[in-house]
Amino acid sequence: MIKRSVLDQAYAMMDEGAGGDATYGHVTPRGVDTSNGVILYLEDITVSFDGFKALNKLSLDIGVGELRCIIGPNGAGKTTMMDVITGKTRPAEGRAYFGQNIDLTRYSESQIAHLGIGRKFQRPTVFEHHTVFDNLELAMRTDKRVGPTLSCALNGAQVDAIGETLALIRLTEHAWRPAGLLSHGQKQWLEIGMLLMQEPQLLLLDEPVAGMTDAETERTGELLNELRGRHSLMVVEHDMDFVAGIAGTGKVTVLHEGAVLAEGTMAQVQTDPRVVEVYLGR
Amino acid sequence: MKPSVSTMLHQARERRRLFSPAAWVGVLAIAALLACLPWLNLAFPSGHPLHVSSYAVALLGKFMCYALAALALDLVWGYAGILSLGHGLFFALGGYAHGMYLMRAASVGASGQARLPEFMVFLDWKAYPWYWAFTEHFWYAMLLVALVPGVLAFCFGYFAFRSRIKGVYLSIITQALTYAAMLLFFRNETGFGGNNGFTGFRTLLGFDITAPGTRAGLYWATLAALLGALVLARAVTQSKLGRVLAGVRDAENRLRFLGYEPLGFKLFVWTLSALMCGVAGALYVPQVGIINPGEMSPENSIEMVVWVATGGRGTLVGPIIGAGAVNGLKTWFTSVFPEFWLYVLGLIFILTTLFLPQGIVGLLRRLAGRLSWRKA
Repeated sequence: MIKRSVLDQAYAMMDEGAGGDATYGHVTPRGVDTSNGVILYLEDITVSFDGFKALNKLSLDIGVGELRCIIGPNGAGKTTMMDVITGKTRPAEGRAYFGQNIDLTRYSESQIAHLGIGRKFQRPTVFEHHTVFDNLELAMRTDKRVGPTLSCALNGAQVDAIGETLALIRLTEHAWRPAGLLSHGQKQWLEIGMLLMQEPQLLLLDEPVAGMTDAETERTGELLNELRGRHSLMVVEHDMDFVAGIAGTGKVTVLHEGAVLAEGTMAQVQTDPRVVEVYLGR
Repeated sequence: MKPSVSTMLHQARERRRLFSPAAWVGVLAIAALLACLPWLNLAFPSGHPLHVSSYAVALLGKFMCYALAALALDLVWGYAGILSLGHGLFFALGGYAHGMYLMRAASVGASGQARLPEFMVFLDWKAYPWYWAFTEHFWYAMLLVALVPGVLAFCFGYFAFRSRIKGVYLSIITQALTYAAMLLFFRNETGFGGNNGFTGFRTLLGFDITAPGTRAGLYWATLAALLGALVLARAVTQSKLGRVLAGVRDAENRLRFLGYEPLGFKLFVWTLSALMCGVAGALYVPQVGIINPGEMSPENSIEMVVWVATGGRGTLVGPIIGAGAVNGLKTWFTSVFPEFWLYVLGLIFILTTLFLPQGIVGLLRRLAGRLSWRKA
């Protein structure tokens, strides 16, 4: 079985050589193989809810370090696609691979999170009574079982990682403020920061600028561009201007009725007559 | 502008230290002051202006036991958001465990030979039942003080938290648990003295239990336990584990997404809290000279919650202040208008909930904040 072999391989890669199951708390080894340059590979994914095909033979692949924007009208299947990738929804047909060796359809949500796929939901949920710093510290990738959590002390390297993330999400001055006092946009950035602290290889961002002011939206665009290359990102967004801003010369995928309608640079898809008809033209 | 790593590390450590120097001074000064009282009681004859009455010392000793229980409750309620309405059970179990030793020490015939306590004689029992084995040894009784509440809390907590029972449902179950235990202990055949419980203690480790010196020793032991528990609880809540617990309280599911399994964290703090509560009960029994199933009654557990709420939930020091304040008021009230005390208790709870959501400590903090604001 693929699941078995991946886990075995992953454990073999661990420095400590610890055994056991892929459970909560442990620093889960990452066994993803991206040697052919692809981090996510979806092929002919079909998901149907009571006969309605939310995804209809969707095929998509994302390269390592790519920032991919996904757009599409309401009901195009954007959220369902994220659900399939994160294990929340099982496809009726098709294959979903993380790297070239991990079959995502065989893992649970928490296992997929440990494997290195982080997802930011639309509504930010941060720990409002904790400071921004503490939020990032809680999210940091480390041994999260009871004993180590009780006895661990912050070391310089960890503080450095937190400081770097703080600078990236522009919350350095707010490090010691309770997260509940942040603005909506700042909470969204903190949430992205918490995702980054978990060191995911692939980040899925669901409408990262929903409800943000123009200035915050612009800043989020800069933030995502800074992440480009370091992490592979998939950004699902309604806001066309925002997508046009961050996509640059990168690929944009247009979804329609559960399948890929068009793919190319923003300039290409914007002039594609089919895209204009179903989405941009309206 | 990114501050240097050492600055950040310094700031983080500053926030995670046990107590600020000022708080250390305050805690130790109050502890030293409290420690002086039995000495003033012993050193000066009654009538001397510096004399502290034995009554006052005994009362404060009792209040410190309550304060320890309140501190234990605050760990689970204030930090992990688990409202227990059954902590009186752990308190009583610790008390009973110590009471077994005290009963054995008191059940000695005229010529010094061991005999059965009277309630067992009335039951026509010929020997101690198996669960009384070894209780003539003080060390074993102390082991039970920690083990019985600890193991019970661990087992109960494991099943309750694993089933993800939360909020009011958990509160009701804890209430039912202590009530069921009370009914069990009320029965004579259970072997714990029925509704009379244990009383008539004579000696503790060979010392006369009513002697002023023994009472002072118990008082100091209680003070030391309270101080130790405060430092321990503070160490736990200031650690990363404490912040995970607060995460359990505020957004348990989010914590799961970060890779923490809440079960273990809840179980840890729940068991620790029960253990502390058991120690409080064990210190309480020799000082008041009696333990009976009434200690397990739901009202007692609810009263503990009122102490915590009045003092300030989630502050550790608050519940200690709250236990002292509410019980001080209770002592005065029950001597003046005994029949009205329960109404007053209810009123305190309502007023605290409405006007002092952060309790006495919250009020003090607000006043201090206003003062410093005016200065600036």
